[in-house]
Amino acid sequence: MCDVCQDLVDPKETKLAELLAGYAGQKGALIPVLQKAQEIYGYLPADVLRRVGRGLKIPVARVYGVATFYAQFRLTPMGRNVLRVCLGTACHVRGGAKVLETIEQELGVKDGGTTEDQRFTLEIVACIGACGLAPTMMINDQVHGRLTPDKVGGILAQYE
Amino acid sequence: METMKTLLDPCCERCTHTPETPCRDYIRCLTAGPLCHDDPGCRAKRSGLLAELRPTQGSEEGQQILVCAGTGCASSGAHKVVSALEGELQRQGLDSEVKVVATGCHGFCEQGPTLIIEPAHTVYTLVKQGDVAEIVQKEFKEKQRVENLLYQDPLTGQSAATFANIRFFAQQTRVVLGNCGFINPERIEEYIAHDGYQGIAKALQEMSSDQVIEEVKASGLRGRGGAGFPTGLKWSFCRQSAGEKKYIICNADEGDPGAFMDRGVLEGDPHAVIEGMLIGAYAIGADEGYVYCRAEYPLAIKHMEIAIRQAEAAGLLGNNILDSGFNFHLSIRAGAGAFVCGEETALMASIEGKRGMPKVRPPFPAQSGLWGKPTNINNVETWANVPHILRRGAAWYAQYGTEKSKGTKIFALTGKVNNTGLVEVPMGMSLRKIIFDIGGGIQNGKKFKAVQIGGPSGGCLPDEMLDLPVDYDTLTRAGAMVGSGGLVVMDETTCMVDIARFFLNFSQSESCGKCTPCREGTKRMWEILDRITKGEGKEEDLDTLEHLAHVVKETSLCGLGQNAPNPVLSTLKYFRDEFEAHIRDKTCPAHVCAALLTYTIDAEKCKKCGLCARACPAACISGDKKTPYVIDTEKCIKCGTCLDTCKFGAVVRA
Ligand SMILES: Cc1cc2nc3c(=O)[nH]c(=O)nc-3n(C[C@H](O)[C@H](O)[C@H](O)COP(=O)(O)O)c2cc1C
Ligand code: SF4
Ligand code: SF4
Ligand code: SF4
Ligand code: FES
Ligand code: FES
Repeated sequence: MCDVCQDLVDPKETKLAELLAGYAGQKGALIPVLQKAQEIYGYLPADVLRRVGRGLKIPVARVYGVATFYAQFRLTPMGRNVLRVCLGTACHVRGGAKVLETIEQELGVKDGGTTEDQRFTLEIVACIGACGLAPTMMINDQVHGRLTPDKVGGILAQYE
Repeated sequence: METMKTLLDPCCERCTHTPETPCRDYIRCLTAGPLCHDDPGCRAKRSGLLAELRPTQGSEEGQQILVCAGTGCASSGAHKVVSALEGELQRQGLDSEVKVVATGCHGFCEQGPTLIIEPAHTVYTLVKQGDVAEIVQKEFKEKQRVENLLYQDPLTGQSAATFANIRFFAQQTRVVLGNCGFINPERIEEYIAHDGYQGIAKALQEMSSDQVIEEVKASGLRGRGGAGFPTGLKWSFCRQSAGEKKYIICNADEGDPGAFMDRGVLEGDPHAVIEGMLIGAYAIGADEGYVYCRAEYPLAIKHMEIAIRQAEAAGLLGNNILDSGFNFHLSIRAGAGAFVCGEETALMASIEGKRGMPKVRPPFPAQSGLWGKPTNINNVETWANVPHILRRGAAWYAQYGTEKSKGTKIFALTGKVNNTGLVEVPMGMSLRKIIFDIGGGIQNGKKFKAVQIGGPSGGCLPDEMLDLPVDYDTLTRAGAMVGSGGLVVMDETTCMVDIARFFLNFSQSESCGKCTPCREGTKRMWEILDRITKGEGKEEDLDTLEHLAHVVKETSLCGLGQNAPNPVLSTLKYFRDEFEAHIRDKTCPAHVCAALLTYTIDAEKCKKCGLCARACPAACISGDKKTPYVIDTEKCIKCGTCLDTCKFGAVVRA
């Protein structure tokens, strides 16, 4: 391959190919592969689902079935930051709904939505295991606890 | 030969242990060795390292600052405290004497970041970066406590210097949580220094597989994942199954909202889970295992990954473990966000890479589980109990608990209670003691209304039931269940109809959809409850609800559907009057259900400041400097903003 063509190969493609090669022939590889593919692409485009199917020798229909069953998998692009607001029991009784309301207002999106500037994707989850600090939310891997509606703005501002 | 840097390094070239050439005495040798040769130098090296890992009170050796860096404390700034401590120790020239150790969760997250000074055991809570200089100076230079930074009891205002004096901890019996918060979970030698891997060493050296099963049976341990099935018996089924290839699984899906004990154990003491699984695998005859952990717990997954790698490097996972001929390989699978995957057959489908849908049992996993092979699945906390049973014996274990529910259980106490956190107590303690003594009662002097136990499969119990001993059978009889051990406390401001609706919403959206009663039944029940909270309930609704609840319970395929009606049935049983108030009087006694509330302004109290009118999103408050403000109840959207805004308590919600 000449230098010019080399630059044209999407590094994501290379990573996906490596990923598929690494898992080829392993039992139960589909979900870990989809998880890692989603890490690479930020979501699971239809083409990636097809390539995963081919790479693991699994019918695309089954790949699609799995990708739509689990809440973690996203078939549409996600924002740069994923914001998961907890509405589990502990957060519910300590006013999680008010926090969610404020966030929805600030971002102008509802559960599952992504802001126009691609900054945030909002999801509602039931418990992130930090119930002692209820109400809570998680932005990417970072937990924020002891939330009140007026703390929300300041926290969101920390994420680009 | 270079000197031993960590406890796991060979003391000299006479130590032959490696994963490829394992020594059967390896574990005992690390803490009491050397065993194969006698050398005072080697002995001194080991005891020196051990002293650092196990600080004893009064000694200068092993001075440590334990900082909780679990999920909760990390979110409250623990990592900043760690760097501040390291900087400060250096500034004060103490960095070679005092170590900073990042630990897992103590289960006291609300008071985090938490810091413990060893060997003095002093505890500091809610520590800020700015407190660090004073703590280091006083504790290590002047050997004094910083009185004004100690934990203060929210009720009595008294300060407490050690866990033993903090009400929340004083009445707990911490067995499974014993190491959590006291060791660095990212270092296997810390677990080994605290008696770790002695249970598996004993099993491999002194016991047959059947003897291990008998020991676990005798301990009375029952599954901590929900159903409370006797663990030893479960193991024996899988052991008796025909077939060479068997699997074991650790269920770390922890989907019950309000439960976080499994996260605590995985983050704080991951090797205990590995050791429990090793013992189980040996007893059952399995050579491969999986930890299935929910993706929402990234730190737990990370600690588990590190632990597995370190156990492999030490020869405690892999082939011919401790020269016994026993092989065991362990890997992690991250869940992908489906509550139903906590159900054992759905979980196995998920590991196989399929949609996580439950299957009909029989065949039970013990006969045909993962990839059709005999499989034994246990919960995180169940596995973490096992090393204690092997090391200290079934009789020791069985001294805790009630006749039919042995040992300790971890509860996650949350909601409207003063002290929230992980509470480990012997089975059989009363709910009242847990909520009022350990939990310190209800926040803000409010009145207790209910405790929700067991998550979406459990029930809500009222004050009259609080003296029940918490064990599997008693709670099931009362219409709740131990479940995973989540205890969410509710006060007079919680509406029980709203809670019933909340749980149904959860079960309804998590139902996998395979069977109709669960998929449709929970939805219809939710619709009725939703109607009731909107003031559109009908007299016959409660009978319909009960009828539907029984149908869903009896005809659903898996535990999700079978237990989904429990929160509704128990609230109907104990809080029927609240349902009736919603239906008949169109009122919500707890003032929660928005549609049933009215907001008005008390003209006497109104100071005519106009704040509420400016804040009201519906622009339905009018008045001026001379006339008291009034709310146009027709236009009011019942958002409650005015109530929160008024500084004079003039807004009335009824
Ligand atoms: C819908 C549903 C969700 C469950 N979630 C969990 C869970 O998150 N963790 C768990 O250990 N068990 C869970 N269980 C129970 C498991 O099916 C299984 O009984 C348990 O893991 C067995 O372990 P044990 O005997 O150690 O309790 C769930 C069951 C159902 C029906
Ligand atoms: S009871 Fe519900 S969750 Fe369980 S198999 Fe049926 S539909 Fe799925
Ligand atoms: S409850 Fe909301 S809408 Fe109604 S008057 Fe108050 S602020 Fe306005
Ligand atoms: S905020 Fe309170 S005091 Fe001020 S106008 Fe409104 S009701 Fe009256
Ligand atoms: S219920 Fe919100 S973190 Fe657990
Ligand atoms: S995370 Fe620190 S006490 Fe729970």
